[in-house]
Amino acid sequence: MAFLEIENLRKTFGANTVVQGFDLAVEKGEFISFLGPSGCGKTTTLRMVAGFEQPDSGRIAIGNKDVTGLRANQRQIGMVFQSYALFPNMTVAENVAYGLKIARRPAAEIRARVEEMLALIKLPSMAQRYPHQLSGGQQQRVALARALSINPQVLLLDEPLSALDAKIRISLREEIRAVQRKLGITTIYVTHDQEEALSISDRIVVMNEGRIDQVGTPFEIYNRPKTRFVASFVGTLNIVQGEVLDAALGRIQIDGQEVKVSRGLNGLASGATQAFALRPEAVTLGEGGDGRNRLRGTIDQVSFLGSVVRIRVRLKDNAILLDTFNNPNLTPPEFGSAVAVNFGTEDLLVLEGGERG
Amino acid sequence: MRRARWVSWLIMAICTVYFATPLLCTFEFSLRLKRGEYSFAAYENVFKDSRFQETFLYSTVLSAATIVFGTLLVVPTAYWVQLRLPRLRPVVEFLTLMPLVIPAIILVFGYVRIYNSSSILPMTSASWSTDMLLGCSYITLALPYMYRAIDTGLQSIDVKTLTEAAESLGAKWPSILFGVILPNLRVAIVSSAFLTFATVIGEFTMASLLDRPAFGPYLQLIGASRAYEPSALAVITFLITWGCMGVIQLLGRGRRGSVSASAY
Repeated sequence: MAFLEIENLRKTFGANTVVQGFDLAVEKGEFISFLGPSGCGKTTTLRMVAGFEQPDSGRIAIGNKDVTGLRANQRQIGMVFQSYALFPNMTVAENVAYGLKIARRPAAEIRARVEEMLALIKLPSMAQRYPHQLSGGQQQRVALARALSINPQVLLLDEPLSALDAKIRISLREEIRAVQRKLGITTIYVTHDQEEALSISDRIVVMNEGRIDQVGTPFEIYNRPKTRFVASFVGTLNIVQGEVLDAALGRIQIDGQEVKVSRGLNGLASGATQAFALRPEAVTLGEGGDGRNRLRGTIDQVSFLGSVVRIRVRLKDNAILLDTFNNPNLTPPEFGSAVAVNFGTEDLLVLEGGERG
Repeated sequence: MRRARWVSWLIMAICTVYFATPLLCTFEFSLRLKRGEYSFAAYENVFKDSRFQETFLYSTVLSAATIVFGTLLVVPTAYWVQLRLPRLRPVVEFLTLMPLVIPAIILVFGYVRIYNSSSILPMTSASWSTDMLLGCSYITLALPYMYRAIDTGLQSIDVKTLTEAAESLGAKWPSILFGVILPNLRVAIVSSAFLTFATVIGEFTMASLLDRPAFGPYLQLIGASRAYEPSALAVITFLITWGCMGVIQLLGRGRRGSVSASAY
């Protein structure tokens, strides 16, 4: 039995179905990210876990206790908002103490807990400041301390870093992860930023149009995307259309050039068109050795990205992006020249729902 | 830049002259009760008049009651509309505007008709219940100003997220309303209180037709029967209103200081 169980959750707003068939089991202490574009239902799902929205059907249980019918103030859940939502009339210390005061804890205990929390977020000297006297990053750390002060069963973060600038965003996400590890608190983190999700999660739930497309570790999500949507949303990716020649032998052709696919073709009819994903970093320039796939084309774009040079090789209808490390001693390949690219037979990933979006 | 500053000073000066001249003239006139010399004799007469003290006290108490009960009515309403019933907002806004559309004289005739001594709810049959009726009518009259001031205050804070934040920390709605929302509306409530006070203290129609000893009818009576005292009264009323504004603002500012001093 997992610590947080979400079963067959469904939510509609009027005629709009925003979440459907959502199933997820989260272990105690896990850090889960909900990743997806805006409008994919990730925030609505989080708000149903928090108790701010009631699901139309389905069940949510925390620690073996069904909380589906409970109000937000009965669930003991810590929530961090994108807009910080600190109480402007209270000092930092009063903000952190609020939940404990509501729970009528003794004053001495509250004082000790506030000190402990402010030490945890490394802002002990800010106790008497008001929220408007703090920077955005500091405000969000106080909001984190406030959410954690009540010892919540689950910590929910709704795009907590979206309002901050790039540098703070990276340092704060590391800090959030460190605090989460230290306390071992079960956490759900909503974001639309794939890099953020990849860098801090134990597991990622990729959502698209109200449904879960894939659940997996960052490694799995990135390296073995199951659907075309996951493949294109997480990282840069080549999506090529191929024609199946012989599924049993793994033979396909891309723009008339034959290559081999080492897995996932079973059950596909010969002559069917199928979408394949290919990571740019799996492709290298040149003929390659035995057993590698080889495609010929012409270079039609070269982008210098600093440490990496991204080259686009046009086949016919398909084009393949590939990344090479920048080498100051070599001149970058020339535009318009004919080249061969090679990649492993296991690098071509068969995408589910090949013709979909 | 320099030119813009010069122009804005000129506008300031014109406005100051425009507003200050009638006030200064009124003040000057109020000092001329005794022939050939300036004196505060008219003011002495006003302050010595027991009706001045009685009616002013009466109106002050009534306006305080109006502010307290009006705020208790308007803050939860505006909060609820903003949080849960945003679609009702135009309806509520329209309702709160009604007192500006319907003249006070019509309202008070309606009151007299509905609440007269031979009706089901004979509120005008005793003076204490008439006072209550007058208080309710003042809440109605002040509604457009109160609702707008408080609604603006609510819009300047993120009511929905603050409520959810408090809820997730275990708070129930009374403690959210009084602990989180109300304190953040301090400025809005102060300005609504001031507008209410200014409306109620000089109100004539309601008090006169309900025959209550309020300050408005007294002002009218003096204005109709004396020469210098009405000017003195006008100056006094101005000073009191300004004084109230200053005191309320000082109190409002002081409260934040005391909150931070008594942390936890």
